[in-house]
Amino acid sequence: MSTTDERGASRAHRPDDSLARLRREGRIVIVGASLAGLRGAETLREEGFAGSLTIIGDEPDRPYDRPPLSKQVLVGGAAADRTTLPRRRAIRAHWRLRTAATGLDLTARRVRLDDGDEVPYDRLLITTGARSRPWPQPAEAELDGVFVLRTNRDAERLGRRLMAGPRRVLVIGAGFTGSEIASACRELGLPVTVVERGPTPLVGALGGVVGQVAAELQREHGVDLRCSVMVTALEGDAAGRLRRAHLSDGTALDVDLAVVALGAVRNTEWLDGSGLGAGPRGVACDAGCRAFDVRGLVTDDVFVAGDVARSPHPLFGYQFLSLDHWGNAVAQAEVAAHNMISPGPDRRPHLWVPAFWSSQFGVNIKSIGVPSMGEEILIAQGSLAEHSFAGVYGCQGRVVAAVTFDQTKWLDFYQQQIETAAPFPPPFRSVDRRPDGLHPVPAEFPDPSLPSHGPTVTLCGYSPTERRIVFTPARA
Amino acid sequence: MRLVVDLNRCQGYAQCVFLAPDVFSLNGEEALRYTPYVDDARREQVAAAMAACPVQAILMDDVVDDMMDDPLPAAFDVHH
Ligand SMILES: Cc1cc2nc3c(=O)[nH]c(=O)nc-3n(C[C@H](O)[C@H](O)[C@H](O)COP(=O)(O)OP(=O)(O)OC[C@H]3O[C@@H](n4cnc5c(N)ncnc54)[C@H](O)[C@@H]3O)c2cc1C
Ligand code: SF4
Repeated sequence: MSTTDERGASRAHRPDDSLARLRREGRIVIVGASLAGLRGAETLREEGFAGSLTIIGDEPDRPYDRPPLSKQVLVGGAAADRTTLPRRRAIRAHWRLRTAATGLDLTARRVRLDDGDEVPYDRLLITTGARSRPWPQPAEAELDGVFVLRTNRDAERLGRRLMAGPRRVLVIGAGFTGSEIASACRELGLPVTVVERGPTPLVGALGGVVGQVAAELQREHGVDLRCSVMVTALEGDAAGRLRRAHLSDGTALDVDLAVVALGAVRNTEWLDGSGLGAGPRGVACDAGCRAFDVRGLVTDDVFVAGDVARSPHPLFGYQFLSLDHWGNAVAQAEVAAHNMISPGPDRRPHLWVPAFWSSQFGVNIKSIGVPSMGEEILIAQGSLAEHSFAGVYGCQGRVVAAVTFDQTKWLDFYQQQIETAAPFPPPFRSVDRRPDGLHPVPAEFPDPSLPSHGPTVTLCGYSPTERRIVFTPARA
Repeated sequence: MRLVVDLNRCQGYAQCVFLAPDVFSLNGEEALRYTPYVDDARREQVAAAMAACPVQAILMDDVVDDMMDDPLPAAFDVHH
């Protein structure tokens, strides 16, 4: 490279110059038009990106908020098509909605679309999130009366059927979404049965000790909760309407509405064969949100954020985490966008401490850190019996997470404890002198090698290229 | 106007509930519920709630998508 070129032509090769040019007239493409995609786009403009911005999304609507879909929307507190996300600023984007990305050419830097078009990019942000895991028997999943809940259209259809007053609702899976749906049903006065394979609701996310409280909440609110049981088959009538569910304990249940809440699947199929380190657990990226390729090498023009990302967290031993957290989608998109248009030394790591909320049966549940890493839990404030407490999770002598039921005020304190790797169990003086709080007890997480739909944080090891991922080279 | 509350940040202090009771409510002790879409008549109320929120958790916009955004066909644009 010549730095003496008077016309400055070859100086375009200098990183500073090419970055300046990118910021001025580059092409950034975002695939996935939801929370992470929108907040990423806003951050790019906020930080001075003046080039062209294209947002590709397969849903018909502008980015909308999903958490209300299993809460306000189901009980009639908000219309399903009215949760569009507010904008932080104007983004001057070219929107290509109702259009799915079907492939990625890393060498030519192009995204292929389902309408045959190809969109070139200088930087790509992948925010394709996740979708509901479907009921495993396709013919049964097709029955009229069988639902999942991920999109505003799902919520609209489900909400309408709930309002029509089904005889009994069956919720399959008692993770957060399933539990919130059950809560909404009870608020509407509908009979509801929840069937959960694990020993308690929320066991994958919060462990069995806290899960037991969730079980009590459900039963006190009139949910017919059946744990350690699986739904083995859904049966329809001659007209293809759901009428019965068969359970692994040999019993059957007459239901006309079932909601499959078995967790989420990451939307990475469109990246198959692209050479990116993408698999069922998401797209692996470094702490700066740069995607890894299948060889475990980091790319510099492809970034990832939100539910589809799988990234190493310095606070948790650099293990890769994938998070189904609203707050993570926002924070990670901000970091990704910043790094996309910043020189190396100005880039930032995504150091966000995982945080999550849910509300069900009138209780505000919040967590911080990675509860599923916890070997033990100590109820430090309040009490399990009162359904109002703060529980602290410990792993190898340090605080790794906390959960609160109607005790939000303690979360900031525990966030500090997590960030400073404070010792576990916490010293006695910071703990209520209640019987629950005297001793840590095993947190009772299920065997992580068993398939589970529950956790909202999945620990997925140290390898940027998943062992399970099969690399199929693109056909010549 | 479109509305979202960062419920990780929200402390359930309920200032917003006092200032805009048609929009915000508490479900139980501290779980905040809100209407994600409010009409113009509530603008002042929500603005007061935003200003009063001690953790700045409320985001509202009244910008309909800016002009450089290409518009959606009317059939799908149910939001504004
Ligand atoms: C019912 C429900 C309740 C929730 N409640 C809570 C809660 O209480 N607290 C909390 O912290 N989190 C909650 N969440 C999780 C939160 O909504 C997600 O973490 C968040 O939506 C992630 O945003 P995202 O942009 O990464 O992904 P997503 O919102 O999944 O968006 C991805 C987008 O990309 C699109 N897409 C996928 N593939 C393609 C493709 N090939 N081409 C083009 N577009 C594509 C998808 O259709 C989608 O529009 C909830 C989620 C649901 C579904
Ligand atoms: S004022 Fe802010 S912190 Fe308080 S309840 Fe409302 S949103 Fe939450």
